Order: sequence, then C-alpha cells, then structure tokens
Amino acid sequence: MEDHNTNELLGRLLGPAEPEIGCEACFEELDRYVELEAAGEDAEAAVPGLLPHLEGCPACREEHDSLLALIRKG
Amino acid sequence: MSATTATVGVGMRSSPVAPRAVLDPESQELLEALKSSGRVYDDACARLHELLLRAARFEVARRWRGLAAGEADVIATEAADDALLAVLRRLDDFRGLSKFTTWAYKFALYEAAVKVRKHAWRDRELPVEEDVLGALHGGLPGPEEDVEMRERLGMIAAAMDSVLTPHQRRVLVALAVNGVPIDVLAERLSTTRGALYKTLHDARAKLRSHLEETS
Repeated sequence: MEDHNTNELLGRLLGPAEPEIGCEACFEELDRYVELEAAGEDAEAAVPGLLPHLEGCPACREEHDSLLALIRKG
Repeated sequence: MSATTATVGVGMRSSPVAPRAVLDPESQELLEALKSSGRVYDDACARLHELLLRAARFEVARRWRGLAAGEADVIATEAADDALLAVLRRLDDFRGLSKFTTWAYKFALYEAAVKVRKHAWRDRELPVEEDVLGALHGGLPGPEEDVEMRERLGMIAAAMDSVLTPHQRRVLVALAVNGVPIDVLAERLSTTRGALYKTLHDARAKLRSHLEETS
C-alpha cells in the first residue's frame, strides 16, 4: 500500500475534524452552493460545514462535482 | 437518503437558514407553469422531464462508462422519471436561492447516481469485515519510514475494536475500508444515507477522540 493510499485510508477512517452538515442538509443546500462556487464567490462562508461534509462523504462529493460540472457546461 | 426529506443528524452542524430570494424570470415562468393545470402544466412537465433526463444522462455517463448504451439510457430514464416526481412533490420547498433548473438538476443527479451505484453492486455480496481489517493490523508492506504510519493504523484498528459499537464498526469498515457505496449499504441494511452517515460521523468522532486521549 503506497503512502498516498495509506493517507487516503486514514482520511476515510477518521473523516473531517471540522464541524460538518449531514447528507440531507447537504442536498438541501447543494444548488445554492455550486452556483456560488461557479460565480467565484465564497460558498463555504454562505453554507458553513458543507465543504467538510464533501471531504467526508464520497457520495455527496460525486453529486456536488456533477452538479458543478453540469451548470458550468451550460 | 431520500431526496424528499430533510433532517439533520444530532451532534452535527445544523442546516444553515438562508433568506428567500427573488426568482429569475426563467425560473419564475417554469415554476408558475408547474403550479398551473391543463395544457400549460402538461407542457411544463414535459420541459422539466427533458431537463431532468439531460442531467441524468450526464451523471450516468460520468459514473459508469462500462454500461451498455441501452442499459445506461434505461437507468437515466428511470432516474429522470423518479426525479420528476420528487421535484413536483417538493415545488413549495424551492426557495429561489439558485436557478430553478439547478435546483431541479440535483434531484436527477441524485437519482441517477444512486441507481448507478446500486446497479454496479447488484450481484455483489458485502465484503467480510475481518478479511480487510488484516491490512490495518500491520499488513502494510513498505520501508522503515512507514513504521509510524503502520503504528497509527494499528492504533486505529485497536480503537475500532475497543470504542466502537458493533454497528458503528460494521458501517465504518464497509464505507471507509471496503469502499461500499453508502446508498448500497443503506439498501442492504434497510436504512437511509443520512442515518448511515450519522453513524459514520459518530464513529469517526469516537476514533479521533480516543486517539487524542491515548497519543
């Protein structure tokens, strides 16, 4: 197991240390968050705790990345 | 997680409350049409379904290139159908803090992503916990400088046995070690994404706290 894989495993086991919102709150705020990101604004300030959640939840991260990519595609 | 509920796990940051905003003209027009009846409503539903199908196809293509074209389109269409129902059920929840299309897209992406994850695991059993935990108990190959990392993983593995409940340990191993998608695990355990993530969050917090106390 390479170092970066081990670090990723540690990250998955211990998760984000910062306060985070849950999956349902993430879903509720996702559209506002990605539009702020796409506009270059401080999305994390508007929706505190969403970024740590994306670091801890691969499923919500995938859906965030897809929504951002989709609206950027237009 | 159901796309039709909104609850926040205990011990986690509460959902931020945002002010209601003024809708952009395009969102306003589509929203009003979806709240009307007759031909206007039917046309609006058809337009919305087209948008949702576009988003669902986008997600299916991103997540699983190995799907046959026909199979991928079946999944995308089912996702768009389910997303249409979810959006119509939740129209009154739209706060106008984004474009209506962005708000609607997330339902289609969610439905498509969940279906792809479940499809990929449809014939697979969940991995056995103990087989994988061997890697955490010192099975990591590597040079001398990896000793510290191996010791840390060993401490985590021991803490998983000593401080977590059996359910927390099972969820953590499945999601963090074995890479089982959270929606697949939720389905197999007859629970929701949100409930499982709360369990994962609590397990991680216990581990971090234990490591801080013992290090």
